[in-house]
Amino acid sequence: MSDPTVAAMALTELPTKQSFFKPHRIVLMVIAAVLVFCIVWFMRWDWVPKYSGRLVYGVGVTLMLLFVTSILGFLLALPIGLVQVTGPWPLKMLAKGFCTIVRGTPLLLQLWLLYYGLGSLFPQFPEIRNSFLWPYLREAWPYGVAALTISFAAYEGEVMRGAFAGVPPGELEAARAYGMSPFTVFRRIWLPRAIHRALPTLNGETVLQLKATPLVATITVIDVYAVVSKVRQETYITYEPLLLLALIYLCLTALLVVGFRYFESRIPTRGA
Amino acid sequence: MMERAEAIAVRDLHKRFGPLEVLKGVSLTAHEGDVIAIIGGSGSGKSTLLRCINMLELPSAGSVTIHGETIAMKKDGHGGQLPSDRKQVQRIRSRLGMVFQSFNLWQHMTILENVIEAPVHVLGVRKDEAVDRAETLLRRVGLHEKRDAYPAFLSGGQQQRAAIARALAIQPHVMLFDEPTSALDPELVGEVLSVIGDLAKEKRTMILVTHEMKFARNVASHVVFLANGVIEEQGPPDELFGSPKSERLKKFISSIH
Repeated sequence: MSDPTVAAMALTELPTKQSFFKPHRIVLMVIAAVLVFCIVWFMRWDWVPKYSGRLVYGVGVTLMLLFVTSILGFLLALPIGLVQVTGPWPLKMLAKGFCTIVRGTPLLLQLWLLYYGLGSLFPQFPEIRNSFLWPYLREAWPYGVAALTISFAAYEGEVMRGAFAGVPPGELEAARAYGMSPFTVFRRIWLPRAIHRALPTLNGETVLQLKATPLVATITVIDVYAVVSKVRQETYITYEPLLLLALIYLCLTALLVVGFRYFESRIPTRGA
Repeated sequence: MMERAEAIAVRDLHKRFGPLEVLKGVSLTAHEGDVIAIIGGSGSGKSTLLRCINMLELPSAGSVTIHGETIAMKKDGHGGQLPSDRKQVQRIRSRLGMVFQSFNLWQHMTILENVIEAPVHVLGVRKDEAVDRAETLLRRVGLHEKRDAYPAFLSGGQQQRAAIARALAIQPHVMLFDEPTSALDPELVGEVLSVIGDLAKEKRTMILVTHEMKFARNVASHVVFLANGVIEEQGPPDELFGSPKSERLKKFISSIH
């Protein structure tokens, strides 16, 4: 392994047991312990029990938003990526245009355009007000889910375009040479191979998606960020709720990374 | 001697890439049990000829018949032709075991999964049956202990032997080898050639594009010398290498030795 690789891994891999208790590590651990002690002892945490129920609910909403929009967005990204590699040119242009527009504008703007724009247009049509969809369209969360899904689909559409294009043509040719139909080639070889190639990128993108979710708080969806804002308004405590919020996002990110690492390690890669 | 059945018959095959005509009317017949070696300089069209047999390359004109079944073609409107029945092509391909120059193993599957993939997902063989057969084949090519490894962790020679096992797993009527040793380090060529040599001994029908002249001379029952898109000379290996008639072949053989 080259030196830069080793250096980079030092951040992600735990040191061995013997090297764990080197003097500089002990000093750092002591400092960390003092810091945690100070935070727990000198700061105000008496509000936590009162809001714990709402915080748990908020984390649930955040996770729901993350999973639903990531999964829906990824399913949309597959055709968007695929048609850019093999599709006829009208579809190709359409997919390219979609990706360019969505990736070229801020997510906050898209969210507000959907919620304040579409959301205020819908009630003017009696057909929509009387339809079975109205109870949902009256809520804020469908607009949040829609905006986050579209955004994820556009970014991942680009990622999957690269991943599909990057599968060695020889492997697809071998699949055809053994009599696979185009659909079987896609299902058995092209798609799994592309996803495998894209996994490390998808990992990072999903982490980014997690941290895009608090934007929905601006359209009245109560996620964990909105709960913490509420705590700050009601208690006039500034830093403690924000520290807790940071800790929550850190833990969620760690869980995501560990989950993706597991999937990545199922198929070891070497070189390419 | 009893007349053996035709395994592959190629008739008057032409292949054009734009203005360039790579194959200019090639006819070739392989009977059951034949081992045909196709030799020739680079650009002579030998790989193209092999790839036309299973329609990885679409011939511009001419026909391909496999086990008495001619692949149906239709005009494509640009002076070329297309297979008119995709299902037929898929069915015929599923009984032609192709081995590529660059192995082309599926990198997201273990060696065993590579070998059972086509039997299970194309031919509809039951999985446990396919695994049994795959293990036997992997033992034959000396890779049984590597069955759960991923291709990227194998040497080139091991990968090519695995690719041969993958081709054998579909119980092919004919094996097609497209320069199987050209991408290998010199010290790994021998292990692959010995596996192919064993297959030749058991009278398996094979068509082999190769640069290994000594090997072609030893294992082939028939050698075809291709030059400039036509068959310049063909015949039994000893005759062809021992007393070449055409100037081109004489030159080719002396340039290699």
